Amino acid sequence: MARNSGRVTGVNGNMVTVQFDGDVSQNEVGYILLGEQRLKSEVIRISGKIASLQVFEMTAGISVGEKVEFTGLMLSVELGPGLLTQIYDGLQNPLPELAQQCGFFLQRGVYLQPIPDKSWDFTPVAKVGDTLFPAQTIGTVPEGIFTHRIMVPFDFANVAWTVDSIRPAGTYGVREEIAVLKDPKGNKKSVSMVFTWPIKRPITNYVERLRPTEPLVTQVRIIDTFLPVAKGGTYCIPGPFGAGKTVLQHMTSRNADIDIVIIAACGERAGEVVETLKEFPELIDPRTGKTLMERTIIICNTSSMPVAAREASVYTAVTIAEYYRQMGLHILLLADSTSRWAQAMREMSGRLEEIPGEEAFPAYLESVIASFYERAGIVKLSDGSKGSVTIGGTVSPAGGNFEEPVTQATLKVVGAFHGLSRERSDARKYPAVHPLESWSKYASVIDAGKVAYARNILFGGNEVSQMMKVVGEEGTSLDDYVVYLKSELIDSVYLQQNSFDPVDFAAPIERQELVFDVLFKVLGSVLQLEDKKAARAFINEIRQKFIDWNNTARDDERFEMYLREIEELVAQRFVGYERRAAKILQVK
Amino acid sequence: MQKVYTKIESIAGNVISVKAEGVRNSDLAIVTSSHGESLANVIKLEGETVSLQVFAGARGISTGDHVRFLGYPMRISYSEDLLGRIFNGSGIPRDNGPELTENLIEIGGPAVNPAKRIIPRNMIRTGIPMIDVFNTLVESQKLPIFSVSGEPYNEVLARIAMQAEVDLIILGGMGLKYDDYLYFKETLEKSGAMSRTIFFVHTASDPTVECLLVPDISLAVAEKFALDGKKVLVLLTDMTNFADAMKEIAITMEQVPSNRGYPGDLYSSLAARYEKAVDFEGAGSLTILAVTTMPGDDVTHPVPDNTGYITEGQYYLKNSRIEPFGSLSRLKQQVNKDTRDDHRALMDGMIKLYASYKESQEKKSMGFQMSEWDDKLLQYGDLFETKLMDLSVNIPLEEALDLGWEILAECFEPKETGIRSELVLKHWPKSAS
Repeated sequence: MARNSGRVTGVNGNMVTVQFDGDVSQNEVGYILLGEQRLKSEVIRISGKIASLQVFEMTAGISVGEKVEFTGLMLSVELGPGLLTQIYDGLQNPLPELAQQCGFFLQRGVYLQPIPDKSWDFTPVAKVGDTLFPAQTIGTVPEGIFTHRIMVPFDFANVAWTVDSIRPAGTYGVREEIAVLKDPKGNKKSVSMVFTWPIKRPITNYVERLRPTEPLVTQVRIIDTFLPVAKGGTYCIPGPFGAGKTVLQHMTSRNADIDIVIIAACGERAGEVVETLKEFPELIDPRTGKTLMERTIIICNTSSMPVAAREASVYTAVTIAEYYRQMGLHILLLADSTSRWAQAMREMSGRLEEIPGEEAFPAYLESVIASFYERAGIVKLSDGSKGSVTIGGTVSPAGGNFEEPVTQATLKVVGAFHGLSRERSDARKYPAVHPLESWSKYASVIDAGKVAYARNILFGGNEVSQMMKVVGEEGTSLDDYVVYLKSELIDSVYLQQNSFDPVDFAAPIERQELVFDVLFKVLGSVLQLEDKKAARAFINEIRQKFIDWNNTARDDERFEMYLREIEELVAQRFVGYERRAAKILQVK
Repeated sequence: MQKVYTKIESIAGNVISVKAEGVRNSDLAIVTSSHGESLANVIKLEGETVSLQVFAGARGISTGDHVRFLGYPMRISYSEDLLGRIFNGSGIPRDNGPELTENLIEIGGPAVNPAKRIIPRNMIRTGIPMIDVFNTLVESQKLPIFSVSGEPYNEVLARIAMQAEVDLIILGGMGLKYDDYLYFKETLEKSGAMSRTIFFVHTASDPTVECLLVPDISLAVAEKFALDGKKVLVLLTDMTNFADAMKEIAITMEQVPSNRGYPGDLYSSLAARYEKAVDFEGAGSLTILAVTTMPGDDVTHPVPDNTGYITEGQYYLKNSRIEPFGSLSRLKQQVNKDTRDDHRALMDGMIKLYASYKESQEKKSMGFQMSEWDDKLLQYGDLFETKLMDLSVNIPLEEALDLGWEILAECFEPKETGIRSELVLKHWPKSAS
């Protein structure tokens, strides 16, 4: 395979410069031969006969003169049945298999086959003589809970291929030939269930891209009701450390109503991945009755793993997501954290001695981030079915300051912004998504009028509380004070959600609708309250009931009891509906 | 490989460069000058030019001095003989004891495979309520104490070292004041903990490069002990000095700085060290408690900021108290479900009320009329601070939880606490209701 070779001329951190002989292409993969070890690296700059390579491994021990082999191929991933439930590093190395071979530590230079050699029950869909275009279905295999389509490899020329031969239904090895295709000129190509695709090129084998309108239910109240996400959309979660980005991502990966979840742990703590790793095989997904792991793929390049592979990990994740999208499935890609990926770019840019942009990030930061998020989307496939990739990325802004380059570049391209706030997390108000500063361009599952009304109260309450800091409680009118209390009520019983409570951690849509309706009646009511003390006492009581209610399972007998008690409490002081609320409720 | 090179091409800061062949990245070399010998390691190769950082500093090195490459990277001896000993950043004894040269292990080894990690499960009891109740320390956790100069962070560290139930303590001192070094030594000797302690100390007056080696050398030894089944606690103080040493070398190497002069790989370098914290299945564990002083009490400074993103929480030490706001132990949820049924709810409830207390206090200081509710909060905040937050309080977790309920009962009605009714019913002190 070795097309070309070269010799190391310099080593600087994880960058190696190589003098080569023949032709070398940008982003081509090369291996540095270090005794028995082969260290994978990628060409990131070529100048004359010198190529700069970023090495996906530690560079200790490399000396000048070491031989380098170029492969002629861009950095690619293997696609095929068997990807689900896998745990890969950024270069698609299966970590559990690696652990079996190397023990506790990640030994460098060991690259294993990403897709396990396994046999699958193949059912042909195409017949001899059929014409197929790339990404059209040849046959299917059952992969866990999904029907995995075996498609014409995406890297085949975009012409009508004729099925020359196809194997009958039966069990075949994943790398065995299952069909032979013929192009219009009569050239034959063999097809197995596996093929490769370069990670930095988007897969575009679809008919058209659609506008994301269908909501993606996360079962997090503040998101689904106030700041929704759509299937095929993009959103970002910037927040200072400790504000709960990862807990929020973790909850979403568990509860999101979606076919497949791909978790890209990019430059973050290994411990967080471990939780997913150990919990998911145990947790049963109520929608399918199978474990959560069966719909999950983890791409894990944690902070202490080599930096260059960190950059690759988000692309590896999105490429696999696009692959499953081609089967008409809906995929959620959670990237935690995109800032680490940006930092990896910054490190390499520094080593290349490029002219630094803002905060030393490279000048191409924005375009790279934009083209990554643009790989999300809902598409119509050639068979009429729809598939989508939704991308949710966390951002870890330096100093928690959203004005920094990565947050700003991300905000330009996403459809929803869930900004986490230090104040809210300090006060243990989780999820610490700031309800007033965050925004979403997607449609909520709850009636828009009601949501707007509640949001108005939140804004009003915030104003009153600012004012109260100046004029004090005694300088505030009772009406204003009630608005303030109502906004606090929304916050504590609806926006906040206890992700560690066995009931409250996930709020299905029906439950959100019910709770929001009851809450809306409280918010929209004019209540008979004598003074501020009585108002506070009343709201405290209601709040307590709501909290107990939120923590009560739907099938618990007390569920209806709490609901009744809340309604009775409100009825006691109910005078009428506020004018705008009455209009929304269509009552007098 | 034992060829001696006698022509040093350039000397800048603590970095020298020589023209040499066949040298490997990260290899060690011995630089012999008229002031004695020093170790150095290769940090960059460019054609024939080899750049090395000299551990003892480049001061006094002449262009004609000898450089001899050893052909292996930095190593440290590993055996039980290390216990009770004190070394500097290059692994050379500073306690007049014998040099250890047997069973050498490499430092800065590869990362642990995430698939081999396990979910942390054991709480480390410290007797400090602000830690045990509100932000429990967990075995295999990595946690920094964010503080400012002048705060008693080293005292807290020493106290945790003495009380924590672990097999082995490794203290890595970076830019430590000589007084502080002696304080640690005396405290641990007095408490009898010295025999299970290993010191790797770089004091403020030692050469900068040695400071860079302290975390790696401490963690390499700790990792080995952990693999051999020991529960190891590594104390690192102060990581800000480590970051500053990195900055110094990076600037000398003319790297493009990213933020306030720190190199672009600050995050990765800190993470590579902190991520060594691990619980090995079927063997021991490694827990890291570090001190990060915040220059100008600014948590957005690159060092504490990057640290916060790497570690599993942080303790804020301010005015000699561990602040409930900002302090966080991310792993507490792994263990506090098994301590007592009221642990989590009480923890959250008390902090929420303390946040309200802070608001009332602000209102009061601005001269506003205090409502009855405000008065209750003020009383609560006061009790909370004196009975639980004070660092001198030294009680087990269960006692601290009971004390929490007592404080609540003294100030509030049950429904004012925001805590689930069934828990209130079970734990509310009988005498109060």
